[in-house]
Amino acid sequence: MPAKTKRSGVKLRLDSLTPQDYEELSKPFVPSRPVLKNCLRAFLSGGLICVLGQGIQEAFMAIFDMTSKEAASPTVAVLILISVILTSFGVYDKMAQWAGAGTAVPVTGFANSMCSAALEHRAEGLVLGVGGNMFKLAGSVLVFGAVAAFVIGVIYAVMGWGGSHPL
Amino acid sequence: MKQLGSQTWEYTTRPVILGASAVVGPEEGEGPLAADFDFIFDSLEMGEKTWEKAERILFEKAAQLALIDAGLDQEKLEFFVGGDLMNQIISSSFAARKLGVPYLGVFGACSTSMESLAIASMIVDSGGGSYALAGTSSHNCTVEKQFRYPTEYGSQKPPTAQYTVTGSGCAVIARNDGTGKGPFVVSATLGRIMDLGLTDPFNMGAAMAPAAADTITAHFRDTGLSPGHYDLIVTGDLASVGLPIAQALLAKEGIPMEQTTFYDCGLLVYDRDTQKYVIAGGSGCGCSAVVTYGHILRRMKRGELKRVLIVATGALMSPLSYQQGESIPCVAHAVALESGGEGL
Repeated sequence: MPAKTKRSGVKLRLDSLTPQDYEELSKPFVPSRPVLKNCLRAFLSGGLICVLGQGIQEAFMAIFDMTSKEAASPTVAVLILISVILTSFGVYDKMAQWAGAGTAVPVTGFANSMCSAALEHRAEGLVLGVGGNMFKLAGSVLVFGAVAAFVIGVIYAVMGWGGSHPL
Repeated sequence: MKQLGSQTWEYTTRPVILGASAVVGPEEGEGPLAADFDFIFDSLEMGEKTWEKAERILFEKAAQLALIDAGLDQEKLEFFVGGDLMNQIISSSFAARKLGVPYLGVFGACSTSMESLAIASMIVDSGGGSYALAGTSSHNCTVEKQFRYPTEYGSQKPPTAQYTVTGSGCAVIARNDGTGKGPFVVSATLGRIMDLGLTDPFNMGAAMAPAAADTITAHFRDTGLSPGHYDLIVTGDLASVGLPIAQALLAKEGIPMEQTTFYDCGLLVYDRDTQKYVIAGGSGCGCSAVVTYGHILRRMKRGELKRVLIVATGALMSPLSYQQGESIPCVAHAVALESGGEGL
């Protein structure tokens, strides 16, 4: 191969571009998240899921003669089942692109995060795949849920508000 | 082979692209370039039990079809240069098992298409071999699984997000026998790493635009050519966000891109109006590979394009690096192609 030719010595303007300059230059071309639209969609879709949950709860109360407290657990189970079915049929992720937080925040989102991880990692086996990855996304919800509960518990204890359940 | 300037190789013998193939998944098959692909799988699973195996099938199919297109017996193939986006580039290495030839695995993220083509052309041009295969692949679901979230997880993607192309493109590069039948590989400009501090993996177009602009600028500086020399200059996967930024950077650099048609493979492979789920456009190793080996080579053979510069862009981050808050280093490699015929 021939000897290395001399570097042409023309310094590119790009060389002197700083991250700050670049941010300024690229900003007009980068569309931002449509926050207001996303909020509205989340409100509508999340609300709709809650209405559905309420309907299921009312149905349990009417058909099986349950109290609202008794109907709560089977209602959550039905919502989880619906979410898992929609996830398995490949529908939930498409709904979520429209709904955003509306499908992520309710219990259906939690079920979707576990179900999708379980499906995805089934190929790596039941123990290391499904077992090891199922809480990949949901795990942090559990961890920070427990941490938040602990902090609130401490505050209650210190303030002497008591810890009795209002039921 | 000759070095031009500091970043460009000029292939003095002008290796020939003897045959090429583009194999894609169902979504690309619904896109505007469907007629230019050699094989379209009708499901993302491709009859396999795992996404990773499906990507391998995609790659193997593309390699097989490229050899058929070249009219070359597999025994005559001498080298294989390939890479993909998976950890330890398993798709190309596992596909290489079927080829039974010396193999160089390369990683340039989505720039792998042109990186592998540049290296395969170098092998042939330097007399290191007569036939080399260059190829790359990506699969939407393997990439989602490795770099983002489980494929069925419901997360809302921002308007800057891109959609990984399910596709594989391969090309058989052969020594130029002097018959004038192209297309020829003329030169390659290898890119430097550009990192302007962007950290958002959902905005890769903006992260990669400086790398594309840098390599294009270097190409014209090294070769002394101007954009008007080419009928078409395409970037790999800058999509709707990155392409206008690259245009702005090149304008700032004083490169007269208006002399030519400057576009992006990520915008060619899908119809963003009807295929809304692609958001900003296509991405992935397969993006520039299937557009180049499927669409662009066909246009060159039809005589619609004579000289083309493909600038494949790659974002070289890993899931680990962005979780640790690191910015995204990017690279772009350019390869110049020229169709055969008179006046060369």
